[in-house]
Amino acid sequence: MIDVIVIGGGPAGLAAAVSARDNGAEKVLIIERDTCLGGILNQCIHNGFGLHRFKEELSGPEYASRYVEQLENIEVLTDTMVLEVTPQRVVRAVSRENGYIELEAKAIVLAMGCRERTRGAISIPGDRPAGVYTAGAAQRYLNIEGYMVGKNAVILGSGDIGLIMARRMTLEGAKVHACVELMPYSGGLTRNIVQCLNDFDIPLYLAHTITRIHGKNRVEGVTIAKVGPDRKPIAGTEFDIECDTVLLSVGLIPENELTRGAGIPIDRRTNGAFVYENMETLSEGIFACGNVVHVHDLVDYVSAESERAGAAAAKYALGSKAAGRVITVENGEGVSYTVPQYIRPENCGKTASLFFRVRNVYRNVRITVRNGEKLVASFNREHMAPGEMESIVIPVSLVGDAEKLTVSIEEVK
Amino acid sequence: MFDVIIIGGGVIGSAAAYELTKYNLRVALFEKENDIATGTTKANSAIIHAGYDPVPGSLTARLNVRGNELAHEICKKLDVPFKETGSVVCAFGEEDDATVKKLYERGVQNGVPGLRILNKEELRALEPNISEDATSALYAPTAGVISPWEYALAFAETAVVNGLELHLCEKVTDIKENTVVTEKGEYGAKYIVAAAGVNCAEVEGYVKEPDFVLKANKGEYFLLDKSAFGIVNTVVFQCPNKNGKGVLISPTVHGNIIVGPNAEGVSDKTDISTTAQGLDFVRNAAYKSVPSLNLSANIRNFAGMRANTNEEDFIIRFVSPQFLSLAGIKSPGLASAPAIAEYVCELLKDAGLEMSKKETYTDSRSVIRFKELTAEEKNALIKKDPAYGRVVCRCEIITEGEINATFKTPIPPVSIDGVKRRCNAGMGRCQGGFCAPRVLDIIHKNTGIPKEKILKDKEGSYVLSGGAL
Repeated sequence: MIDVIVIGGGPAGLAAAVSARDNGAEKVLIIERDTCLGGILNQCIHNGFGLHRFKEELSGPEYASRYVEQLENIEVLTDTMVLEVTPQRVVRAVSRENGYIELEAKAIVLAMGCRERTRGAISIPGDRPAGVYTAGAAQRYLNIEGYMVGKNAVILGSGDIGLIMARRMTLEGAKVHACVELMPYSGGLTRNIVQCLNDFDIPLYLAHTITRIHGKNRVEGVTIAKVGPDRKPIAGTEFDIECDTVLLSVGLIPENELTRGAGIPIDRRTNGAFVYENMETLSEGIFACGNVVHVHDLVDYVSAESERAGAAAAKYALGSKAAGRVITVENGEGVSYTVPQYIRPENCGKTASLFFRVRNVYRNVRITVRNGEKLVASFNREHMAPGEMESIVIPVSLVGDAEKLTVSIEEVK
Repeated sequence: MFDVIIIGGGVIGSAAAYELTKYNLRVALFEKENDIATGTTKANSAIIHAGYDPVPGSLTARLNVRGNELAHEICKKLDVPFKETGSVVCAFGEEDDATVKKLYERGVQNGVPGLRILNKEELRALEPNISEDATSALYAPTAGVISPWEYALAFAETAVVNGLELHLCEKVTDIKENTVVTEKGEYGAKYIVAAAGVNCAEVEGYVKEPDFVLKANKGEYFLLDKSAFGIVNTVVFQCPNKNGKGVLISPTVHGNIIVGPNAEGVSDKTDISTTAQGLDFVRNAAYKSVPSLNLSANIRNFAGMRANTNEEDFIIRFVSPQFLSLAGIKSPGLASAPAIAEYVCELLKDAGLEMSKKETYTDSRSVIRFKELTAEEKNALIKKDPAYGRVVCRCEIITEGEINATFKTPIPPVSIDGVKRRCNAGMGRCQGGFCAPRVLDIIHKNTGIPKEKILKDKEGSYVLSGGAL
């Protein structure tokens, strides 16, 4: 019997596995579907990773290698696809080398990451030619395969991968004509707007969208229009840009097919499993971490969260089950989700960390945590945006006998 | 000299080729695109209609009912994904109730088996998510859903095995009595059968000014993720009424949900773009049947072109002594395809073509679908060919072995979409976002085509038009 099986060898899986071993799990196994570990980091050859974690600026592969170097006494199966996970913690997988296998674990960590939203998810009308790619697919073609998907691009969405690709394609000689964002604010990190668009004079059209893709066989252009507060295109504001490529950076979706298959409840707000303070899902002994739980903006935060998940999985595998009363964390005004959704105070130590995203751009507001009307904690913020994950730390001593805690954005009094 | 030349590699031309190659005939098929099933065949509702809709006594009525019957057998023989889901035509109010009765009577006259009118409660028992406003429905148990492109490919591949000479990327530009002129050459034939879909008027015009008017009509669709599967159990139609034919919500044979189409007359029959208005129409119309439909599970929009004409019926007849035109084959063309093929054989025989069945011919086909195998079968397969142990398309669980196998079929793919049509890689919720680069690599390895020359679909649809670094 394996102590901890970690599904996924990207940043979340790597950190969870290392942490599980460091916390006493003897037999830890990572199952990765690609031929090498590192996940999406392998194609992220730009720098900016690790500023929080390692206090240095690393590229994606360098960041991954920091963890890969630590895998002593951890087993790894690469080129192996997990097909099924059961609530009884049986994992069924398939590979060239071992065929169809069935493994049992005392604890499982789900670390499958996320995938990109596609054209279909946002129903962009028009023709269906070649030349429309998710930013990540274009990144793979460029950075792993060594091919440019096109020479004249328009980017829809200002998510970080799209911004990074705007710069990357420009550096490789392509012309990036515009980055078009539906919302009145960017979905990416401010530093990426500055370093990837502004520094290369790529115009950012906020509150605009692509209303039509043109081109019978290969993309020939796009029609762009301004959108109103209802996010619907405003007639008469359309203009065309000729291009051969459309890159989509319109959001990420946690990849929870295995989670659903195991019958683990999924939070519609995060598209990830509901989790407790130790990243345990509502299915005992099955933990989840990283982008499969909620989409993070920095890999550093993925690592931190995954270390907690790995440690908790090890603890569970060694026979110590988390228990005690449960507090539900609810979203108040301005908060789109929180992770964890449930806190067991007896299991927390002195503090409980909450991660969340806000619904809008806010300036000079406070984050409040309330037990009913009663204020439990309050944190002032100068600036918050939906593109940047927020976190707060609540001293458990302040929680009292609360059954529910509500996190909201409120005006500073 | 060919005995028969077929023009068009959609499901109709392919079915005709399948049927004709059972005989001692020299048969060729010319298709202008680089693959089978790239036109209307790949973009429609994917329904094998039961046959209650066409006017009794019409050619369409006869061929639809017969085609449905044949589909059941052929899909088993040729390993084509097909599921007899049944269909319901839902009525919303008294006027529609009357239409349902009329359709029932039509169906009985057309010889459709098993038809039944469901009352509101029976309908809700069958389709629990149907709108409260639905008042009755016509239930047709023999209707089903199919993979249209795999149907066409199965016909065409089997025909090739049986001796069909297939010419892809070869557009027919003229017909002179017994000669078919293409971009690449001239070919003699005793008989020419045109199955040119939306190009039927153009091709018929090579021989004689058509006596019908093509009214190309576009339909737009949503294809929903597998997470939406189960919202309906059968093909859910709306009653046709003065506001139009309504839209359908149906399971697909691949485990998705399809929603659509609208119907828009267009002047450009090559314009299969989707439009915001068209999709809005479909969206709103669909909620009428199933208010809880989750259209945010959409993974793909597409549009297809119907070869509608001023005639309600299929237009199948000899236009000259050598030239048999299959024109105006719109819905239920897919359902009727094998019956149309039988009918083509009858007509050619009646015209004087000597038709004797071959002593032996192939009438079977099988496809390995890894995810449908048992654990033991999976292991045995991987032992034999380890490529079946590597999952390339993770959404649909399609292995490298299955993709490699498409290159060993009688009509190997030449594009990423060609691979998709043969083994479903890239059909899922990420729409090839993850697997397309890998599929491209596998195409390169199997065909030797340089990566920057690999196509997404049709000629000119280069994936990596920016070239190598």
